[in-house]
Order: sequence, then C-alpha cells, then structure tokens
Amino acid sequence: MRRSIVSRFAGLFATFGVAGMSLHGASALAQEAGAAGQPMVGAPHAWALGLQPAGGVVKEAIHDFNQLVLWIIIVITAFVGALLAWVIWRYRAEKNPVPSRTSHHTLLEVAWTVLPVLILVVIAIPSFRLIYWEDRAVDAEVTVNVTGRQWYWHYAYPDQGNFAFDSYPIQEADLKPGQLRNLTVDEPLVIPVDTNIRVITTGQDVIHSFFVPSLGVQKYTIPGRTMETWMRADRVGTFYGQCNQICGTNHWFMPIVVRAVPKAEFEAWTAAAKQRFAQVGGAPAVATAGKAEADTTQLADLRR
Amino acid sequence: MATASHTHDEHGHGHHDHTPGFVARWFFSTNHKDIGVLYLIFAVVAAFVGVGLSLLMRIELQSPGMQIFADGQAWNVAVTAHGVVMVFYVIMPALIGGFGNYFVPIMIGAPDMAFPRLNNISFWLLVPALMLAVGSLFVGGAGTGWTLYPPLSNATYQSGIGPDMALFSLHLAGASSILGAANFITTIFNMRAPGMTLHKMPLFVWGMLVTAFLLLLSVPVLGGAITMLITDRNFGTAFFDPAGGGDPVLFQHLFWFFGHPEVYIMILPGFGIISHVLSTFSRKPIFGYLGMAYAMVAIGVVGFVVWAHHMFTSGISVDTRAYFMAATMVIAVPTGIKIFSWIATMWGGSISFKTPMLFAIGFIFLFTVGGVTGVKLANASVDVILHNTYYVVAHFHYVLSLGAVFSIYAGFYYWIGKMSGKQYPEFWGQVHFWMTFVGVNLTFFPMHFLGAQGMPRRYPDYPDAFAGWNMVASIGAYISVASFVVFLYVCYRTFTSKEQAAANPWGEGATTLEWQVSSPPPFHTFDELPRIR
Repeated sequence: MRRSIVSRFAGLFATFGVAGMSLHGASALAQEAGAAGQPMVGAPHAWALGLQPAGGVVKEAIHDFNQLVLWIIIVITAFVGALLAWVIWRYRAEKNPVPSRTSHHTLLEVAWTVLPVLILVVIAIPSFRLIYWEDRAVDAEVTVNVTGRQWYWHYAYPDQGNFAFDSYPIQEADLKPGQLRNLTVDEPLVIPVDTNIRVITTGQDVIHSFFVPSLGVQKYTIPGRTMETWMRADRVGTFYGQCNQICGTNHWFMPIVVRAVPKAEFEAWTAAAKQRFAQVGGAPAVATAGKAEADTTQLADLRR
Repeated sequence: MATASHTHDEHGHGHHDHTPGFVARWFFSTNHKDIGVLYLIFAVVAAFVGVGLSLLMRIELQSPGMQIFADGQAWNVAVTAHGVVMVFYVIMPALIGGFGNYFVPIMIGAPDMAFPRLNNISFWLLVPALMLAVGSLFVGGAGTGWTLYPPLSNATYQSGIGPDMALFSLHLAGASSILGAANFITTIFNMRAPGMTLHKMPLFVWGMLVTAFLLLLSVPVLGGAITMLITDRNFGTAFFDPAGGGDPVLFQHLFWFFGHPEVYIMILPGFGIISHVLSTFSRKPIFGYLGMAYAMVAIGVVGFVVWAHHMFTSGISVDTRAYFMAATMVIAVPTGIKIFSWIATMWGGSISFKTPMLFAIGFIFLFTVGGVTGVKLANASVDVILHNTYYVVAHFHYVLSLGAVFSIYAGFYYWIGKMSGKQYPEFWGQVHFWMTFVGVNLTFFPMHFLGAQGMPRRYPDYPDAFAGWNMVASIGAYISVASFVVFLYVCYRTFTSKEQAAANPWGEGATTLEWQVSSPPPFHTFDELPRIR
C-alpha cells in the first residue's frame, strides 16, 4: 500500500513538472509594453489580467521576477487541485468501499517538507537580489521630493533651482476629452527619460503612499520620516498612479501623474517651471537626501 | 486520534441532568456548551452586520462613480467596520468561543472549562464590545481602516467619539480574548482525562491550544497600542505624533505584532476542524498526526516574527525587509505540510461527500490559492507594486473568507446535529455549499487581476478601466449574500426538524469523544471521566 501511494504521488509530480516547464516558456500573461517611439501610457486597462506594462527597468525586473513566482504558484495550485480531483474520483466510497489505515510515511513527509524549502530557495535568491537593487538609486541625476497631503501631492526639485509645486486632481466635470477620470492632475511630476530619479518621500499630515505601478515604485509618505526610493522611465510617456494608503475622505481622489520627457525637454521645463512656481512655490522644498538639516527642516515644518 | 475505551452510556441522564431555568441557563451560564452556543448565536448576529456592510460595499463598487455612499469618509467607516466586525465579532467568536468552548472540554474528556465563570464573563464582554463597534457607526465611526494607523486615527484627523468607541470596543474584545485564552490553556493543560496525553489530543484541541497562546501573547500588545492611541487622541500624549517626538511607524509595528498572529488565530482552529472532517468522511485516521500538530506549533511560533511584512513600504531598512521576507516565506513550509497531509488523509480513504466534507475539500483548494498568493506577497521585491492593492484584498479573503469561513461552515454542518440534537437537511446544505463556492470565487478571484493592475484598496470610486472586474466581483458578492440566506434557511430547517440526531451520525470515521455521547450531549457531559487508551 505504502509503495503504491509513493508511486502515485511521484507520478503526479513528474506529470505536473513537465506541464509546468512547458507553460513556463509561454509567458502568455505578460502584457506587451507600448511600441518604441510612441509615447507610452502607463495606466490600468479594462479586463486586464496581469501587471501594468513596464515603463522602466525597475518595473521590468519586477516583471521578470513576477513571472517566475507566478508560474511556480500556478503549477503548485494546479498540482494540489489535480491531487484533490484524483483523490475525489479514485477514493469515493462507491469505488473504494474499504479504506486503508495508512497514517504515516516518513519518506513522503520528509519529501513534502524539503521540496517546498527548495522551491522557496529558488524564489528567494532572485528576490533578495531584486530588493537590494530596488532599494537605492545608483548615480541618480535628479532628485525629487514627494510629499503627500490631504488630498494632493506636493513635488519639489531641490537640485533644479529648488522650486516646488502642488499637483491637484482634475474634477470629473473639468476633464478634457481623452483624459482619464480619477487619474488626471493639473501639474504632473515631470522627469527626464533614461535617468535614475531619486525619490525622497516625506509626510506632512497623515500617511499617504506614492504609488506608480508602471514604474514599479511605491513608498509611504510618513510624517516625521524622510524615506528614499528610486525610479526610472526608459520610455517617453505618461505614467499614472494613485495614493495607496488610506488617508481620509478623498483617499480615492489624489492621483499621481509622472510624465517622462526627453532630457532637453526636461531642461526647458525646469527653466520655465522655476519662473512659473517662483511665487506659488513659497513653501520651502524639503532638503536633499544626505544633507544633515533634512530632518530638522522637516520637523520644523511639521510643527506648523 | 484517541479512542475512548468505553462508550458513554446514557443511563441516569434523567436524574443527573439538572438543567437550570432559562434566565439562569442563558444569562448566567457557566456551562461550556451553553456558552459555546451563545458565542455561535453572537457570531451569526454579528455576521448580519458584517455581511450587510460587504453588500453595501459591493453595491458601491459595482460601477464607477459614487453610488450609495455620501463621501469617502462614510466609505472608510464602512470598510473599517466590515473588517473589525468580521475579524473580532464573527470569525473569532464562531471558531474560538463557539466551537472551541463547546468541543475542547468534550474532546479532552473534561467536565467543563477550568474557569466556568471566567468563561461567562469572556462571552458577556463581547456583547458591549459589539454594541460599541456598531454604535460608533451612528456617531461618525472610524474611517481609518481596521489597521487604525495614526496620524489618520488621531483626533486631528478623526474627530468625534466614533473612533474612541471603536477603540474601546477592541479593548473589550481583547480582554474577552485574553481571559478566554487563559481559560483554554489551563483547561487543556490540566483537565485532560486519564490517558489523554498531549500526543493523543485531537487536532482541533491542538489548534485551539496554539491559538490560545497566540492570543495570550499578541492581544496585550494590541491593547497597549490602542491605549496609547486613546491617550494620544484624548489626553495630549504624543506616542505616535512626530511633533511630540513620537513615531507613527511605532504604531504599525505594535499593531502588526498583534495583527499577524491574529491571522493565524483566525485560521488555526479551522485547521483543526478541517482535519477532523477529512478524517471522518474518508474513514481514515489523520495522516501524519504529529507532523500536523507540530506544523501548527511551528506556524504559531514563526507567525510571531514576520509582522513587518505588512510594512514593506513603510520605510523599514532593506536588511529588515530581507529578514522579514525570508521569515515569512518559511511559513509556507508548515502550511505545505498541512495541505499535503490533508490530501494524504483522503488518499486511500472511502470518501463520502456530505456537506461538511464538501466545505473541507473546498477549504483545501481555496486555502492553497490564498497561500500561494501569500508567498508572492511575501517577496518585498514584488510587494512594492502589490502592497495595499486588491491583490492583497484577494489574498486575505481567500485565506479568511474562503478559508476561515469555509472551516466555520464545515464545523457547523459537522457538529450541528451533535449540538442541537437535530440533523441539517443534506440537500439544502449542499445547495449552500455550491452557492457559496461559486459566489466567493466570483467575488474574490477577479480581485487578483484588479490588484495586479494596481487598483488600491479602500477606494469607493476607481478609474474606469477597473469597472469590468468590479462588476463581476459584485455579482459574485450578490450570490454570496444569497448563499448566506440559504444558510439561514438551513438553520431554520434544522431547528424545526422533528428528527432526532443519532449520537454518531457519521459512522466509524468519527472517532473523537464528542461522538461517544448523546446528541445533544448531557448538560454535564461526563458523569465519570472517560479513560483513553
């Protein structure tokens, strides 16, 4: 009896192993990114099943890792489902009136302890590499300070003349044709393409979360803290996100728009923006990362 | 699984059974079975609130734009109340208070719980707790999410008495849980019948033992955190306010130090129930009993050191993220042991597909789905784009709504004949199963797609691209609510049935002690202690 149980389990393992490998080749669930040359739109799509298309290397790396884990968990789920289906069919009372009394099988128990450990190691190794890479920008050329406020975003560019501005959502009634409801803002965050962008987040009132799915970036903005992450757009385009931490009555209506433009255009934009936001940007921009006064400025600001 | 050496006979049940009058029995009860029944009734009453709120939420989300909620704050209040009510007033009372109280003493051959009066106060603390939680809805409520993160939960951003009522509600529920946990631990360690060694204890009792330890060690941390929140709100302290030297992230650590064990608190008793049901209806002993028991212990222990995986985007350092990611993935190993041992329990069995078994098999598959998405979320590297999205909502509803709730239903159908003396109608039980199965999967599976596309949770209105799958989820929710109505009809049919349930309606597969006594069991279950071989 014992031997037959082992062989059946082993047979099913083999079957699904092969099925799993053939599935792995066809990455059917990956969404195709926008064609090169065309400005890309990083936004959710109706009836989509997978992740939003990647607008940069960080998100591409997340896609690769996500594919690996996704196929592993699909195979595991299918394997468990198939075992259950087999057991239900084969050992139903009508077909198998006399139950076995098997209640132990050391080899089997060791196997289903060790195999999951090995699968987890396969997942963990690339995952560790990815989180360390995602953590800090290497040679960031541009730093943006992001502050979440009830209920709009405040962006500052400390190294481009230290100007700052607010980014408010556009009400449904004021949308122009083609603009996305609940996703469009008056002043997008503009970044140069093909450039590592250091993102410094700080909070002012409650916790918000700066979240742009297509760039693979998310960080809370927490009062009293200054936190760092980074992003990079490798395609010119517009990348939409939304506040992703409950922050009060308009939590659902504080979208994020990141517009990635060619570097020359970015220079022109900063030059113009310095003038344009000279008056309105009265609020001091939070200091650059690494500067000692960053935290004190922030706390002074908080005491209002 | 232990077997009693002699069948408890029903002689003398007439003159030993002094059942007290109605008021003394139900309002001043010290009897574990009656208190268990009170807990179950309580859970069903609270479920009306919890299910009602989820129905309102799915009506709101059925199509883009604001439908029935006045504003985001009203929505946030509903979201919060749904979470709090379902966690603290439906799942925990049903699994721990209800089935735990009723069956732990019987299964270990004890006459009652160790502290019957403590048991009574544990239950009655929950009643004002639920009243405070529901009452807070009428005075503004708490629009913070069940996680209660400050500063949003501070007086500046959530004024009024609503949030304070919700916090006091949690305090009472927490006190109830701590007292109950102390009672369970004492009972299980000290009141086992002769021969009932720890390694012969039924797995449901093992599950309850681990759960009780988790409660005892984690709920006081929640109590501390919400006490500090209450004083921040009302007495000018600044534990979580950076302007006064406090730290909002400290609250997140304290909350999740409780919150993560809490999710195992909600599922471990269910693990026990599923083991019993599978063994009974496969007519086979549990496969790998010791592995099953110690897998639960391992889940309980490791469950205490993984909390910050809820905080991967809260600014904890990358090394901290790496640790919590690794520790979290380790939990997949004991969980895998349980899943495969359950399947091996069925392997070679002679399986009959009664309603409890359908729910148990459904549980295994759906819990696997919820479990593997948990492995994905455990990876901080990909959690960056899944944190706080509907992917998380899908994940925890698969392990709770489809895991814990399926185990509650499995336990209900398995034991209702034992508890009430009346058997449920099999046909309607199966209708209930299939409606629930279709409904909840239709509700929650599409949420994986919404989350992968980046739909944030706690949104009453969303970009139009999310409309399609939200419509599907809402249709699923309506089917699920209809299945709850079918469940109420099953209850009605059961309790009005004229048919007396047998002591053991399930046959030779049902080996635990509760099947050795009559249905319902006598008021004092054992006149003399059973001996366990």
